[in-house]
Amino acid sequence: MTARLQRALGGVTRVRGVRGALIVAREDGLVVADALMEDIRGNAVAALAASLTRRIGEAARASGVGTPQFLHLEATGGALLAAAAGDEMLVVAVTEVGVNVGLVRLEMFRAAEAVQ
Amino acid sequence: MSRTYSVEPWVVDPLKGFVAEADARMVLLMTPAGQVIAQYGFTRAVDVMAAAALGAAIVSAAGAVARMLDEPVFSALNHQGKQHGIFLAGFDTPRGRMVVLVVYGRESSPGLVQLFFEEFARELVAKCPEPEAPKPILAKDFERDLNETLNALFRA
Repeated sequence: MTARLQRALGGVTRVRGVRGALIVAREDGLVVADALMEDIRGNAVAALAASLTRRIGEAARASGVGTPQFLHLEATGGALLAAAAGDEMLVVAVTEVGVNVGLVRLEMFRAAEAVQ
Repeated sequence: MSRTYSVEPWVVDPLKGFVAEADARMVLLMTPAGQVIAQYGFTRAVDVMAAAALGAAIVSAAGAVARMLDEPVFSALNHQGKQHGIFLAGFDTPRGRMVVLVVYGRESSPGLVQLFFEEFARELVAKCPEPEAPKPILAKDFERDLNETLNALFRA
């Protein structure tokens, strides 16, 4: 199981500009598997990304647009991306500025399929 | 409206910060013996006393299991229910070990509580004053001290 999850994350982290990727328990905000650069606090990213996704999900459902499948949060120093992996998991990536978001998104959805 | 009450003023700001960041519904900061240092969110004294006694008992029981397994100590316990979860963890300060009991709802998560608990504990350790020399317990002071503590925790 762990090897399968690590392989799934490997596809995401191989994209140039990706600084780390995690599989996160959606409800708990806890790390299930990660592949991160040393300076990234995995537990903090997992907890906050899960919380953010949950709240954005509430807003989306209240707006009548359904459950979000992909979240792209662009910041001055990079981006936080989160993709739904079924009802229980999230694939989260932390990237540098200027990363090819389309490619990362594709790899994140591949990872999400592998996780389910 | 829930408010933060504490018998130690240096605890108040870190506790308020923790409650806000972790979206906690109720928090008890206590000694491993169940003596309450600060509380947030409890409205009745009887609930605080019961929660403190139960929290201290859980920590004590978990410590006994840890000793059986030759573990130094279990640092944190988490129980999740449908609507609420509880998080119970201990940490060492210059004034001895402290225990935090957190009740959180669906607006929070174990990951968030654990993350901000670590920051809360670090902040408390940094702000904790040096232990004072124990004062003799005088019968004439006992009732006054007890009332001051109760007033601080359950200001009506």
